[in-house]
Amino acid sequence: MLKINNLHATVGDKPILKGLSLTVNAGEIHAVMGPNGAGKSTLSYVLGGRPGYEVTGGSATLDGRDLLALEPHERAATGLFLGFQYPVEIPGVSFVQFLREAANAQRAGRGEEPLSGGEFLKLARAQAGLLKMDMEMLKRPVNVGFSGGEKKRAEMVQMGILDPKFAVLDETDSGLDIDALRVVGEGINAIMRQPGKGVLLITHYQRLLDYVTPDFVHVLADGRIVKTGGPELAHVLEEQGYEAVAA
Amino acid sequence: MNQLATLPTRKDEDFRYSDLDALAGVWPVAREEIVVAAGASEAMQVCELGDGNVARHLAVNVEPGASFDLRLLNAGPAFGRIAVDVTLKQGAQFTLGAAQLGAGSQTLEIVTEVTHAGPDATSRQMVRSVLAGHATGTYLGRIVVARGADGTDADLSVRAMLLERTATANARPELEIFADDVKAAHGCAVGELDAAGLFYLQSRGLPPPIAKRLMLQAFIAEAFTGAPDEEAMSEAALARLEALL
Repeated sequence: MLKINNLHATVGDKPILKGLSLTVNAGEIHAVMGPNGAGKSTLSYVLGGRPGYEVTGGSATLDGRDLLALEPHERAATGLFLGFQYPVEIPGVSFVQFLREAANAQRAGRGEEPLSGGEFLKLARAQAGLLKMDMEMLKRPVNVGFSGGEKKRAEMVQMGILDPKFAVLDETDSGLDIDALRVVGEGINAIMRQPGKGVLLITHYQRLLDYVTPDFVHVLADGRIVKTGGPELAHVLEEQGYEAVAA
Repeated sequence: MNQLATLPTRKDEDFRYSDLDALAGVWPVAREEIVVAAGASEAMQVCELGDGNVARHLAVNVEPGASFDLRLLNAGPAFGRIAVDVTLKQGAQFTLGAAQLGAGSQTLEIVTEVTHAGPDATSRQMVRSVLAGHATGTYLGRIVVARGADGTDADLSVRAMLLERTATANARPELEIFADDVKAAHGCAVGELDAAGLFYLQSRGLPPPIAKRLMLQAFIAEAFTGAPDEEAMSEAALARLEALL
């Protein structure tokens, strides 16, 4: 499904990713853990195509399609979803307004019929319910005035509405209280724990993995995957720290 | 601002950024006198969407206790100038919501002079410009608070968005205050679309022109919020915006 091979990337001429390789097969959830500055967020932005993150070598494909050759919106249309660590506030543009246009732009890209207003609202209401988010919040401007936890929940509602094949979730657990963590974890399972789908879960901490059990855990340090194991690796990291495990 | 008999020059502050060649073709500009009677409420909308050169000059007297709501959409003309002089008597209220949308080599300008002539008058002005290509968008806004016009409440918000570095925005908000008890606020900003916001919308699957259009639509919507004909003005602005992108 997602194949990353020997990926090198720089941000402002500074090398951040230094030969990262990773394969996620359909039906799998992989966690990427690592210390601050290891390149976790850079990995998510490079996969999403954020301007300023320059790929200097290697490849990344989703179901055989070269992600790196595509514009950000084209990557979304191939089924990639990027969950932001810091979701952006956009004054004056409501969630429902932009998500309906986004969902229909993606559908058009796949040659599918657009959703009507009614169909879209029904879908949005169901996904908001799954994440225990008040539908009224989705009528407000994108992320404006939302708490950190509400923004992360709104990211998952967006994921549910857009129904991607593959999600890269960058520190979706940060800023969440214990109850919200469980709701978000259950949301990830409900939306993405399906045959034919895959997830790359980027996190500092083991706690989200109590709710979303990964098939594999990778340790990212200095721009490379330095260790890979099963779910138990997350517990070892939590006990011993990155330095001991990555060494 | 009196009506000038002779064609202005660059030295004339109110015409400093104007397209004087184009202005010559529509000179002299007739003053359109508007009086809002004491205690009355009136609204007016001016949409300049044609492609010829246009210069207009509105002179508005808002009598005691009256209110006037003025919305401007300056978008079509190669040269489009809308000048508005407003005199507010005691307790009068004035609202201006204006948007200028320009591309190519358009020169668009809105020039206002709002005089708080009596006490306790309120003015709210909001001007939004979106400029692409080699367009020039100018807003010159003077607020004068006369001697004795205590209790004045004046607010002026000016923002311009440049879609390309080749476009030009001029903004000059001015305050002249001769009274003591006055609340006057003005804010002015010229910028580009937020890159982080654009990437966020694109990452959800919106092609760049749609992402930009959504953000700009929100940007100019503020100018028409609460207008009697809000929907029609917003739609006209949106159509023009789509042509710019």
